[in-house]
Amino acid sequence: MGAFDFLLQGLATAAEPMMLLYALIGVTLGTAVGVLPGIGPALTVALLLPVTYRLDAAGSLIMFAGIYYGGMYGGSTTSILLNTPGESASIITALEGNKMARKGRGGPALATAAIGSFIAGLIATLLLAFLAPWIVKVALVFGPREYFALMVLAFVTVSAAFGDSALRGLTSLFLGLALACVGIDQLTGQARLEFGVPVLLDGIEVTTMAVAMFAVGEALFIAGQRIHIDDELTAVKGSIWMSASDWARSWKPWLRGTFIGFPIGAMPAGGAEIGTFLSYATEKKLSKHPEEFGHGAIEGVAGPEAANNASAAGTLVPLLTLGLPTSATAAIMLAGFQQFGLQPGPLLFATNPTLVWGLIASLLIANFMLLVLNLPLIGLWVKLLTVPKPWLYAGILLFATLGTIGANPSTFELGMLLGFGVLGYGMRLFGYPIAPIVVGLILGPMAEQHLRRALSISQGDWGYLVQSPIAAVLLGIAALALIVPLILRARGKGEMLSQLAGDED
Amino acid sequence: MKQFVLAGLFAGAVALPAMADYTIIAPANPGGGWDQTARTMQTVMQEDGISPSVQVQNVPGAGGTIGLAQFASQNSGNDQALIVGGFVMVGAILTNNSPVSLKDVTPIARLTGEYEAVVVPAASPIQDMKGLIEALKVDPGAVSWAGGSAGGTDHIAVGLIAKAAGVDPTKINYIAYSGGGEALAAILGNQVTAGVSSLGEFDAQVKAGTLRLLAVSAPERIAGVEAPTLKESGLDVELQNWRMVAAAPGLNDEQKAKVAADIEKMVKSENWQKQLADKGWSDTYLAGADFEAQLAKDEAATATVLKDIGLVK
Repeated sequence: MGAFDFLLQGLATAAEPMMLLYALIGVTLGTAVGVLPGIGPALTVALLLPVTYRLDAAGSLIMFAGIYYGGMYGGSTTSILLNTPGESASIITALEGNKMARKGRGGPALATAAIGSFIAGLIATLLLAFLAPWIVKVALVFGPREYFALMVLAFVTVSAAFGDSALRGLTSLFLGLALACVGIDQLTGQARLEFGVPVLLDGIEVTTMAVAMFAVGEALFIAGQRIHIDDELTAVKGSIWMSASDWARSWKPWLRGTFIGFPIGAMPAGGAEIGTFLSYATEKKLSKHPEEFGHGAIEGVAGPEAANNASAAGTLVPLLTLGLPTSATAAIMLAGFQQFGLQPGPLLFATNPTLVWGLIASLLIANFMLLVLNLPLIGLWVKLLTVPKPWLYAGILLFATLGTIGANPSTFELGMLLGFGVLGYGMRLFGYPIAPIVVGLILGPMAEQHLRRALSISQGDWGYLVQSPIAAVLLGIAALALIVPLILRARGKGEMLSQLAGDED
Repeated sequence: MKQFVLAGLFAGAVALPAMADYTIIAPANPGGGWDQTARTMQTVMQEDGISPSVQVQNVPGAGGTIGLAQFASQNSGNDQALIVGGFVMVGAILTNNSPVSLKDVTPIARLTGEYEAVVVPAASPIQDMKGLIEALKVDPGAVSWAGGSAGGTDHIAVGLIAKAAGVDPTKINYIAYSGGGEALAAILGNQVTAGVSSLGEFDAQVKAGTLRLLAVSAPERIAGVEAPTLKESGLDVELQNWRMVAAAPGLNDEQKAKVAADIEKMVKSENWQKQLADKGWSDTYLAGADFEAQLAKDEAATATVLKDIGLVK
């Protein structure tokens, strides 16, 4: 039997009514738990995995696929509606998504996220099915120096994509980088800047920081304004569905997001966030409406949401082909697979084709179920925005606090949430963008570790960093991205840049 | 008064056979070995009726020392609280200067364990442990070792190997990754000279022929694994990455015996054995005075080697 036959057989099994019901239960549970901020996909899967043990292998796999994709999806809803990202991969979604929601375009934002996630999930799952063994070979070429070059590229493109003032963006970024130094240094095991506080030994939790900056800071800012200026804000303006122009502006970001997110998810040290950053920066560069970015540009939701779902499928590439769990979620999934005697690894596709293709078929069905579940729910979600503002923000604060406590029951963590919330308020007050500080916190440790690993391998030879063709190319692109706009601007050809972007398609 | 005392005794007698509702702290993020150990204990204890309700709580951070500190300070005398831990914790307590150590809890038993394996990529010119040691002797810095977190079991294994080979342990070039998985990618991608992690991390790759297994850290050859021990290779190193369960501090002997009995019942159950087999963990159950002696030995050896590597002053 060929690969395609196995897939069809798996799909036939997964499409039985009972199996569809399991898939529906899986995605509903996954989405529901995933919606809570602070409870990311990893904890969702860990909490719900035991539920799947009672079923037979096929039913269990399909429910489990539903929980996995559902958990990945849940984060975007709260990002868009409440500005509280449930996990680090949906931080970028909050940037444009929440702006859209506040302009009464929450419906289209949720829809483009749902459909984008579906399309990305579909393409990425198919890529996983047919190209996994080849993709993983490419991903393994990435060593510390290549990762470092990728981080440099992410830094350059992302910091260029934030805000109007480069100085304020960079200040915020470096604040994030400084905070990223807190905690145990991975390479030597020594504690840095922990000031004797044990909770700080593991560094500052990204989701705590993101929820504080986005949700708490925002709530304080609104409360601080006192006057209800935009009380006339309509929850729903126009259709809650996507208009023709929304579709036209979304489909390319979906595809681009997929092809950015998938390979980065497949890299053992890639991480879903990097894909969303790069996708956001790309969309801002290529958009015909760059002025809308920061004020609710639909491309800024479509691209990153596609990227983070594609990377969720990408994570399965090293897991299934190498037995290599590259994220906490993947590690729990590995434990789940072992329940059925499925040993992920280089021989898996050969020794256990029925189960592997069953899993892939389940992922496809779960992906489809998510769309079925979420599109009708949009109307319900959007109603949330009609809640009077003081109540809504009180609810957001409660939600943010509960999520933080749920993820890590510690008073210090709660104190950090409030402290960073105040910082977020201050930064808003003085016009500093808040996304770069979170980006710095995520990228900083990755960049530092990869650089130090590379230099340790080369025994201190900096030339090693550019001796690999991939690293050299990535660093070259980063340098161009940094220098070209400077030169063009210096020659007074700033307009040409926007024209170039406009001519892109 | 007498009646009151009698009633109290009676209530106590009725309460005694009642089963404990355990709360197990997994001092790590979901997905890791400690989390999986805790969740497997939860499943077995509930299914076999050892405890009607078991909760698992993740308190991640700093090699388990954050969870350990919280556990020790909040549960004194509570015989329904358990914490999962292991060899990595022993090292982390030392490197982090943790104010709370394993002396502040009541270790109950060692549950499972895995031996360490030394591997090189299949394309590597190094054929055996002897070749690797020769390269190490020529230039310790030129041999890069990938493994898990700094000061963890993998790092300690490399330190012990260097020391046994007569190479200065402070000179080793150890590249720490956040876990065995990420380290595995670096080894497969030919980014480093060699890799050290639990045998289970490498097993599938060794069978597929993409990694060459040079040696294992077991006292004698492991059935089904075609590699010599480190001792056979002339290096006096034996190391097991074990996981254990501990109870709260301040328990009286009776409470301690009760917890120990529950754990023993769990370990002896068919269900537990099946779970271990599914997960590829070996049963290295050790309890009572034997475990305490082994623990003291491991603590002393770890302290020495961490000082040798230079991680602990």
